[in-house]
Amino acid sequence: MGIGIRIENLRKVYDTPPPMAGGGTGFSFAAVRPGGKEKAPRKFDLVALDGVSLEIGAGEVFGLLGPNGAGKSTTIGVLTTRTQPTSGRAFIGEFDVWRQQVEAKRLIGVVPQRPNLDFALTAREILTFHGAYFGQGTRDRERRADELLERFKLTDRATHMVRTFSGGMMQRLSIARAMMHDPEVLFLDEPSAGLDPQTRLLLWEIIRNYNRLGKTIVITTHYMDEADALCNRLAIIDHGRIIAQGTPAELKAAIPGGYLLRLRFGRVTEELLADLQKLPGVTQVRSVDPASVDVYADRGGPLMGPIVNTAQAAGFELRDVHIAEPSLETLFLHHTGRSLRD
Amino acid sequence: MNWKTFYALLARDGHVARRNLLPTLLQNLLQPLLFTFVFGKVMTTSGIMPASYKNMLLPGIMAISMVLAGVQAVALPLITEFQFSREIEDRLLAPIEIGWLAVEKVVAGMIQAMVAGLVVIPAAWLIMGSGVKLDFGKPFEFLVVALLVALFSSLGGLVLGCSVGQTQIGLMFSLVLAPMIMFGCAYYPWSALESFPILHMAVLVNPLVYASEGLRGALVPQVPHMNTLLVIGALAAIDLGLLYLGLKKFHQKAVS
Repeated sequence: MGIGIRIENLRKVYDTPPPMAGGGTGFSFAAVRPGGKEKAPRKFDLVALDGVSLEIGAGEVFGLLGPNGAGKSTTIGVLTTRTQPTSGRAFIGEFDVWRQQVEAKRLIGVVPQRPNLDFALTAREILTFHGAYFGQGTRDRERRADELLERFKLTDRATHMVRTFSGGMMQRLSIARAMMHDPEVLFLDEPSAGLDPQTRLLLWEIIRNYNRLGKTIVITTHYMDEADALCNRLAIIDHGRIIAQGTPAELKAAIPGGYLLRLRFGRVTEELLADLQKLPGVTQVRSVDPASVDVYADRGGPLMGPIVNTAQAAGFELRDVHIAEPSLETLFLHHTGRSLRD
Repeated sequence: MNWKTFYALLARDGHVARRNLLPTLLQNLLQPLLFTFVFGKVMTTSGIMPASYKNMLLPGIMAISMVLAGVQAVALPLITEFQFSREIEDRLLAPIEIGWLAVEKVVAGMIQAMVAGLVVIPAAWLIMGSGVKLDFGKPFEFLVVALLVALFSSLGGLVLGCSVGQTQIGLMFSLVLAPMIMFGCAYYPWSALESFPILHMAVLVNPLVYASEGLRGALVPQVPHMNTLLVIGALAAIDLGLLYLGLKKFHQKAVS
């Protein structure tokens, strides 16, 4: 069967700092003090999602790509019932995530950005209790737990308390836990952050295999190669808005020319821009700031000679060059003017 | 409502509580039992306190033990689980409305409070030795009062657990629990405060007063105590208020 996802015009404005950003400590009887003195003017407004609409097909591996703080985790939070949207709606299959939470929760498995394993339990108990929450019978959940421990290479640590686990082991156990009840949709929030390259490849393999069973997978990442390697479709998100979406190939094809050459001069004039535009293979020239120019072209290195000659002939000093090959990184730069890691 | 999930959540808390049985028992019972030894044994045997003080003391000790057990069973894990590690997230994602997770925590706390209360009776009785005259003639009244006390203590734990940060746990004990115990009429009957008219009225906001007085009425009716119906009414009202507040705070903590 397979379950799709639909998001309609989702907005989320935090009026208190979201839990990830700390807070939540200290006495807070404030909320229950009726009337009383005028409330302190602690105006906090953080627009995390600003009208996001998306459609994710059943059986797709869909990627949300964007820098830190772009709204990826908030989107996942809303889709997994953990964040209440300010407005807009989200559906897992036919179920409205906010209004039919229990039905939605049955369909989803979640791998959080930071492992939130139950520290009071052993690795195996984490899996068996998770199965029990989802109504699996004793024998069924014990068999599944053993299978998953084996597949994620955790069998020899099955009876250990997880507080002694390394980061990579916790991450693997988080994924095993999310798969324990065989969900139709698997959410992975930054799954490969902090993993060594080998574990990362193992993770990709696990995700691909799970997808082959017809499951829908939603993954957030700020690694271009991961998005490129795993995802059927992508949405690029920045400042709570979707700035582009499509297959990785479509998105890359959308960049004018494909290559992006970022040039820095002492200063830039209109004449220089016009001269650069005339060079062979150049599709677009944009002035980013008074000293920088972005050149989109169908070639990279071979264009350097002509650019240097043009600049010299016009009396400009070329100070810095960065060539970005056709990639999602270039696409992100193209749309936001910033690098993904900014 | 999904009973399978609810039961599984309860089984998880039971499993963790069993694993920590000894430290939990020491945490909840050592202090009240030491108090029982000093006041119920040393002071009475030496003649500083009359022997009848034992009867007055035992229900109060039981109330304190139940409150400590219930509050700690719910509040301490909640405070940890809601910290940045968000250990509770797995259970918030279980297929059940999240309010039921709070209810489950309260039920688990009630069970622990009841166990603590029931362990204290024979333990304190053994420590104090002869002269304790308990009356089990009103089992139904005793059960109702004990359940309401257990409910109030674990609901109190829910409210505190959702209001206090990890760094304030010490403060919770010294600012909330210590005054509550001292002014909870556990070590003296409410009528003893008649010579302090303001205090006599002020302590009525303290739920432990009703707990101590109610258990006195049920276990040692020969000692002066508050009217039992009044106690049951007050505890029920407090429980309802705490339930509303606790669920509201739990939702605020659980959903961003």
